[in-house]
Amino acid sequence: MLRRLYYDARVRDLFWQIAISVGLVALTIFFVRNASQNMVNAGIASGFDFLWRSSGIDVPFVLTSYTASDNIWALFWAGVANTLLVSFLAMVLATIMGFLIGLARLSSHWLLSTAAGAYVEFVRNIPLLFFVLFWYFGVIAALPQPRDSLGFFSAIFLNNRGLTVPSPMDGSVFRWALLAILLAGVVQWLVVRWAAARKASTGQDAPVLAAGIVLCLVVPVLALVIAARATGWDMPQPGRFNLRGGFVIIPEFVALLAALVTYTAGFVAEIVRGGIAAVVRGQREAAASLGLRPGQILRFVVVPQALRVMIPPMTSQYLNVLKNSSFGAAIAYPDVVSLFMGSALNNTGQAIEIIAMTLAVYLFFGLIVSALMNWYNARIALVTR
Amino acid sequence: MSPHVRPSSLALWRARLFSTPLDSAISLLVLAGLIWAFAPLVRWALINATWAGETRADCAPGGACWVFIKARFGQFMYGFYPAAERWRPNLFLGLALAGIVPLFWLEGRSRLRLGLVVLLTLPVLGVWLLGGGLGLRPVETRDWGGLMLTLFIAVYAGLIAVPLGILLALGRQSRLPLVRTLSVVFIEFWRGVPIIAVIFLASMLLPLIMPAGVGVDRLARAVIGLGLVIAAYMAEAVRGGLQALPKGQTEAAAALGLGYWQTTGLITLPQALRISLPAMTNEFIALIKNTTLVLVVSILDLLGIAQGSLADPAWVGMNMEAYLFSGTIYWLICFALSRWSRSLEAGGPRSH
Repeated sequence: MLRRLYYDARVRDLFWQIAISVGLVALTIFFVRNASQNMVNAGIASGFDFLWRSSGIDVPFVLTSYTASDNIWALFWAGVANTLLVSFLAMVLATIMGFLIGLARLSSHWLLSTAAGAYVEFVRNIPLLFFVLFWYFGVIAALPQPRDSLGFFSAIFLNNRGLTVPSPMDGSVFRWALLAILLAGVVQWLVVRWAAARKASTGQDAPVLAAGIVLCLVVPVLALVIAARATGWDMPQPGRFNLRGGFVIIPEFVALLAALVTYTAGFVAEIVRGGIAAVVRGQREAAASLGLRPGQILRFVVVPQALRVMIPPMTSQYLNVLKNSSFGAAIAYPDVVSLFMGSALNNTGQAIEIIAMTLAVYLFFGLIVSALMNWYNARIALVTR
Repeated sequence: MSPHVRPSSLALWRARLFSTPLDSAISLLVLAGLIWAFAPLVRWALINATWAGETRADCAPGGACWVFIKARFGQFMYGFYPAAERWRPNLFLGLALAGIVPLFWLEGRSRLRLGLVVLLTLPVLGVWLLGGGLGLRPVETRDWGGLMLTLFIAVYAGLIAVPLGILLALGRQSRLPLVRTLSVVFIEFWRGVPIIAVIFLASMLLPLIMPAGVGVDRLARAVIGLGLVIAAYMAEAVRGGLQALPKGQTEAAAALGLGYWQTTGLITLPQALRISLPAMTNEFIALIKNTTLVLVVSILDLLGIAQGSLADPAWVGMNMEAYLFSGTIYWLICFALSRWSRSLEAGGPRSH
């Protein structure tokens, strides 16, 4: 009887799973009991009540309406907003720069492709933290003092305290402009759908391109120009020692963004190169023999197939950018790690709650990025019968 | 170009750079950009640089002051490890090389035997030699630093990450639903959070969850934190190798009557590891790059020492020298490893 049970695969599977669960539960109980004992000893109360306490922490760079007199919950969101801002901008800029470098690497021009290859080999083998510190303490610290700022068109000023740009007096106009642009985008989407349906049923072409130029280029530019005219601008004025007016983008933001973009671009370039190289030569030759022009070959044959190869690794690069934005903590860029896991944790001592919330932020937005990229991937996936 | 005709190198360069007007224009543009970027750097780092001397006063302005690196070389390598005891890390490095290098030449059983001996003795020996005790003068981990610490963290976190990663990869493919779920949750959790947050987490939580009175060394916390995250990435690298194996391998093993652990240890794992070795090397490179993050819990690895040296009043303004020197070391280590990984990939897995 026992012998039969011993050799029964189902019984053994069940036994091992029960043994593992018991072990894990015991370990968890051990840790939790230690933690609660240690917290009692240290006089720390657990729970999330600390979130409603006033924070008293000054943040030099806020997108939300947070001020030092607000509570810690507001501080948390100020940090999250800063994390998302730098991550989003870094994703967009790194994609553009990476594409350019990747294409340069594929170029038949020897010097161009070698220079691009050298760049990739250079950035990929150096720690990101090195770039962050280098941009912050090496490059930006070496910029001139505010009184000798580098000016561009006497509107934008760069110095070792950051980048000063004109700020609109009245932001609400831009909200209207943004609404107009979104509306134009929706109309264009409807036009494209209508044109596709018409082409499918009658075979007739519709002027999609003309509509696209008007709706996606003329309307947004017009809206922005009108908005920029309507609002007054607070222009930075070079004073005797410092700049007056304008909006100051702090050096930590500039350094972190520059580091994230230059570093990630090296990885994106490799993905672009790999994706395009993965489209076999025969595809291009077949397209050319069908009489497609080079631009058409690129648009209808190479890019759709290359994208399919590139999307999964690009997803993980975007996730890396999101996670790597936390490197800002090393130069005190006020992101969620340095504000919440750093300052707020120091003030309150609520280690477990704060760490859990911070990790949850990254897991949550990581899931959103993955979901968006998966949706895009499913859209461009090969349709097979 | 036919392989029999070797054009003169001048002609080759002309063909490469100036074959058409467009090519020429691009070449000139790129060359101008390179000269614009690198000429000041070369002038600063080599031509106008000061190499000999003792103090900051010996350095000429407008050039790099390599005297600074010379004066602080010991710190860049060992941190604040007492100078009289620096033979210990050196000895350990020598022993490690003596143990590991022959592994590249030995074959078969003797390689396995030496590998096991190295794996079982060296880590313990390293902690003893560096940390002291049992007849050696104790050196607190807070005095460790520099390149020595960077390598120590990378190797010891790797010693956690590789076995744990292999177990997780196996667990992810396990027949038991509980094991599979636990492995997936573990892997996806650690891969989803930033490493900097994990190092914070390890330094805050590890002492908290231990029984009162049991301290966890500051350095050990960072190593454990890094080891756990990299294990999740390693697991994905190993999974690639496991999935690349044809199903016939396990089926044949089952037909021979091998159990799970025999099949895994003798058939699947050796082949899978060989396939995933390049990917695992890439994860190890990432680990070396991520060791720099221990800076946030004030552990001074190579980059930390470089960063800390900027605050020395006797050597004000040596930012570029410190960064260039430490950056070059990181680059050399990672570049060498990535070349090795690529040569493994090019060599290809042995056929099964």
